[in-house]
Amino acid sequence: MDRRSPLVAWLGIAALTLMLIGSIVGLFIVQADAEMGDVQRLMYVHVPAAWTAFLAFFLVFIGSVLYLVQRDQRFDRFAAACAEVGIVFIALTLATGMIWGKPTWGVWWTWDARLTSTALLLAVFVGYLAIRGFTDDPDSRARWSAVVGILGFIQVPIVYLSVVWWRTLHQPPSSPRSVSSEILWTWMLNFVAFLLMFAYLVAQRSRLARVEAELEALEAYDV
Amino acid sequence: MSMTGRVAAIVWKDLLIEVRTKASFHSMLFFAALVLFVFSFAIGPDVPLLKRIAAGLLWIAIIFTGILSLSRTYQAEEAAGGLEGLRMAPGDPRAIYLGKLFGNIALLLAMEMILFPASAVLFQLEIARHALPLAGIAILGTVGFSVVGTFYAALTLNLRAREILLPLLLIPALIPPLLGAVNSTQLILDGNPLGEVVVWVRLMVAYDVTFFVVCTWIFPIAVEE
Repeated sequence: MDRRSPLVAWLGIAALTLMLIGSIVGLFIVQADAEMGDVQRLMYVHVPAAWTAFLAFFLVFIGSVLYLVQRDQRFDRFAAACAEVGIVFIALTLATGMIWGKPTWGVWWTWDARLTSTALLLAVFVGYLAIRGFTDDPDSRARWSAVVGILGFIQVPIVYLSVVWWRTLHQPPSSPRSVSSEILWTWMLNFVAFLLMFAYLVAQRSRLARVEAELEALEAYDV
Repeated sequence: MSMTGRVAAIVWKDLLIEVRTKASFHSMLFFAALVLFVFSFAIGPDVPLLKRIAAGLLWIAIIFTGILSLSRTYQAEEAAGGLEGLRMAPGDPRAIYLGKLFGNIALLLAMEMILFPASAVLFQLEIARHALPLAGIAILGTVGFSVVGTFYAALTLNLRAREILLPLLLIPALIPPLLGAVNSTQLILDGNPLGEVVVWVRLMVAYDVTFFVVCTWIFPIAVEE
């Protein structure tokens, strides 16, 4: 049986509040970037979203390994929830990156190493969810997607490395500028807000998946 | 039977079927040639341009053909529950993976031995002078492709819509060997066999070894019932 946990509700409220504060700080309080102006404020969404997406991907890997070791559906539901929410954050990363790239680089898309490998990361996530979508049996679904989650996680660093080499052998990579402590603090604030939101969404998605599984079992029993 | 014996038995069986029927090989070869043709038609008869992108076209043809033949990897077993039999045979199920892997590598390499000269004719490449380093690159790229491909082919075997899922899962995973193979092929054709090629060779070796170990290790999970 399922009861909504008050802890999860408070998590949601805390996440929303912090996101609101983070957005106000990022939009109005922090000084505009000297060179790029207001467009740089996108980074207060872009960078925390990217960090959260990478964390989500790591958690899919952890959930997949735990499932294969323990064979407990809870870990599978956790991994799947992290993948679904992770896709949202990675799409947000790509979208804000492109919006930032248009005024900064003059183009929506460039074959930058990080941009390209992030798009490939999205493709791996989509493959993970696709294999889930096409499998009905819960045990096979958990097992096969766990394998994809693990292989996908292993392939990401080597894909990233190969794309970096591909780019750097042709043109020098853009050098990162040093970041002031004010910007760093706003990133951190927003990162915590995004983390809480991520945790809230994963908790809700896992709960939903649990209820769905219970419903499925009940329906099978009835028939 | 020892592990080596079981692997060899599967390779022998599959290659024997292939040699007797030649079903996959001929259609694979013509499909790959057609891919080269289609790209040339789409791009236009601009020989200097085609020459510059020839390595990319060649490896895309290999990967497309490889994906098509991968979905046939376990076909011989599917009809009469043969895979079930192989899995129930005593011993490590990894022998199935290794056997299918070596069979796929052999089939693809055989195809490339014809496809490389064919592309040399079509795109006016000088491959004869660089035959040895090119063969090395072909082997590294093909092994990388087959290691991950044979694994995902087994994983998607029982899925609905596996025709689309296999490339969906496989293509993002193939970016490192694709980049490695295309760039080193191009560099070798440009006559730079000792410079940057080393970087790409190192990448492909690292990829091949990593995924060979990981895929062999977790293969039993992918096919367990």
